[in-house]
Amino acid sequence: MSAAASRDTDTLAVRRAIAATARPPRPGALSAALTFGWRGMLKVRHVPEQLLDVTVTPVMFLLLFTYLFGGSVAGSTSEYLNYILPGVLVMSVLFTTVYSGVALNTDLTTGVVDRFRSLPIWRPAPLLGALLGDTVRYVIAGTVIIVLGVVLGYRPDGGALGAVAALVLVVVFSFGLSWVFSVLGLLLRSPNAVLNAGFTGIFPLTFLSNVFVQPGTLPGPLEAFVQVNPISVLATASRSLMAGNPDWVSIAVSLGVAAALAAVFLPLTTRLYVRH
Amino acid sequence: MTTQADLAQTDLAIEATGIAKSFGATQAVAGIDLVVPVGAIYGVLGPNGAGKTTTIRMLATLIEPDAGRARVLGHDVVAEADAVRGLISLTGQLASVDEDLTGRENLVLLGRLLGLRRAAARARADQLLEAFGIAEAGGKLVKHYSGGMRRRVDIAASIVVTPQLMFLDEPTTGLDPRSRNQVWEIARALVAEGATILLCTQYLEEADQLADGIAVIDRGRVIAEGTPAQLKASVGTGSLHVRLLDPDRRPEAARLLEGAVGPAVLDADPAALSVPSADAARAATGIAELARAGVGIADFSRGQPSLDEVFLALTGHLAEETDGAPQALEEQPS
Repeated sequence: MSAAASRDTDTLAVRRAIAATARPPRPGALSAALTFGWRGMLKVRHVPEQLLDVTVTPVMFLLLFTYLFGGSVAGSTSEYLNYILPGVLVMSVLFTTVYSGVALNTDLTTGVVDRFRSLPIWRPAPLLGALLGDTVRYVIAGTVIIVLGVVLGYRPDGGALGAVAALVLVVVFSFGLSWVFSVLGLLLRSPNAVLNAGFTGIFPLTFLSNVFVQPGTLPGPLEAFVQVNPISVLATASRSLMAGNPDWVSIAVSLGVAAALAAVFLPLTTRLYVRH
Repeated sequence: MTTQADLAQTDLAIEATGIAKSFGATQAVAGIDLVVPVGAIYGVLGPNGAGKTTTIRMLATLIEPDAGRARVLGHDVVAEADAVRGLISLTGQLASVDEDLTGRENLVLLGRLLGLRRAAARARADQLLEAFGIAEAGGKLVKHYSGGMRRRVDIAASIVVTPQLMFLDEPTTGLDPRSRNQVWEIARALVAEGATILLCTQYLEEADQLADGIAVIDRGRVIAEGTPAQLKASVGTGSLHVRLLDPDRRPEAARLLEGAVGPAVLDADPAALSVPSADAARAATGIAELARAGVGIADFSRGQPSLDEVFLALTGHLAEETDGAPQALEEQPS
C-alpha cells in the first residue's frame, strides 16, 4: 500500500516536472562549446586515473633515464637531466593527446554522442569544447614533469618564463596533434583499440627523436629520420626556450606542423563526427 | 524555430514514406511507412535486427535515409533536421548519459545545452532528480548507479526540456519488473501531458501495455499494423494455452490438439503450446484428448492470443529470437 502511494507521488511529481517547462531559446555556438568545456573539466576531476596513466610513464622515464643512463650518456646525471627534461616534457604532453581520441571513442560507444547529435546545437561544439578539458590535462601533465625536474636539480637558464614558454609551445603543438587521435577515435571500435593504436604510433616516434639522445651518435639513416622527426624539432624548440635562447626556426616549424595537422585532421574529425 | 502557428498545421507527429537504409551490403530498413498521430504512444515491434533502431535513427536525424521521405512534427528530417532536433528527444538503448559525470551534472549539462541559464539548469536538475526518486544519488557518478537508476537518469535527461516527440528505444531492456513499471508510468505521464512517444520494443507485453497503435516490423519491413486488439483479432478471437509436465511429449500433444481443435503453435517455453480456438467447447475437447492419452498437463488456460502468437503467426518465427534461427518452425511436427 505504501509502495503504491509512493509510486503515485512519483507520478504526480513526474507530471509536474514534465508540465513545468517552456522551451528556452537555443544556446549560441560559443555557449554550447563552453558547456562542453565545462564537461571536459568535470571529467578531469572525476577520472583522475586517466591523468595518472599518462604522467606515470614519463615520470618513470625521467627518473630511469636520468639515474640509469645519465652518467654514461652525458657524463653526469645533472648534465643529462638538463638535456632530457625539455624532451620528457614534450613526451609527457604528447602522450596525453592520445586520450582525446580515447575520450571521443568512449562517447561514441556509450551512446552519449547520439544524444548530443540529437540536440539543436552547433554541431562541432562537443569537439571544440573537449579541447578545454584537454588543455587542463596537457598543462597538468607538463607541469608535473617541470616540477619534478626542478626537484631533481634542473635549473633552466631561461628561468620560469622559459619553462612556461616551452610548456605553452608544447600545449599548442598538442592541439594540432590531438585531432589525429580524434580521427582514430572516430574510426576504431573501442577506447582500448584507440589507446593501443595511439601509443603504437606515438611511442616509437618519441623514442626515434632527439628526446633522449643526440642524433649525432646514431647510424646514418636513423640519424636522418630523427633529424626530420617533428618531435625532434619540437624538443629542440622546447629545449631552446627553456635555455633562454629561443631557436625561432624550430619554434616556427613546430607551429607550422601543428597548424598543418589541424588543417588536415580537424575538418576530417568534424566530418566523421557529423556523419557518424 | 517552430512557432505555434506551424505546429497547429500538423496533427501528425511522424509521417514517413518508404524510408530505407543500407549499411554496405546489408539492408537494415527496406522501405517503411509510418503514420503516427500527435499524442499517441506508437509501438514499433520486432526482434533484434529487424531495423527498429535504424528507423529511429533516421527519424531522429542521426542518419539520413537512402530513400524515402520522413516528416517529424511537420519538418523534413533531412532538409529541416535542425528544426526536428528542437522538438524531439531520444532515450533508451541508443542515447545514453555520461557515466563519468554525476546524475545531477548530466542533467545540468543537458539543461545548459538546451539553452537554460545556469541557475535554471540547476533548479531543473534538482526538480527532475526529486521527481524520479534519485535525489539522494544525484551527487554520485552514473557509473555507480543500478540499471534502474541509470535508466531513470536517462529518461530525466530526455525531458530536461519537455520534448514534443520522444523516441524510446527498448526502454526496459534489462530492467527488473519494478523499474520496468516505473518506466511505463513515466511514459504514460509524458503522453498525459501531451507528448507523443515512438516506442521501439521487442517485448510484446510492453507494446500491449503502452501502445495505442503498433507496427510489427521484420527484416526491415512493416508486416502488420493496427491496434493491439486488431492484431490479436487477426489471428483469431481466442486461444487455448497448455503447459505440459513433460516437454518431451510436446510433439505428441501438438498432434492430439491439432486433431481435436486446430493447428498448434509452439511457445518459447519448451513445455508450452497454444491453439487458436474461438470455440470454448472445442478447447475443452482438446484438454480431454490430452488427458485420455495420458499426457500430463501442468496448467491450462483460455484467453486472448498473446502478441507472441500474433508475431509468430505473422512472421513464422518468435519475437525474442536474437540470431534469427527459426527454431519454432523447425521443431514443428509435420
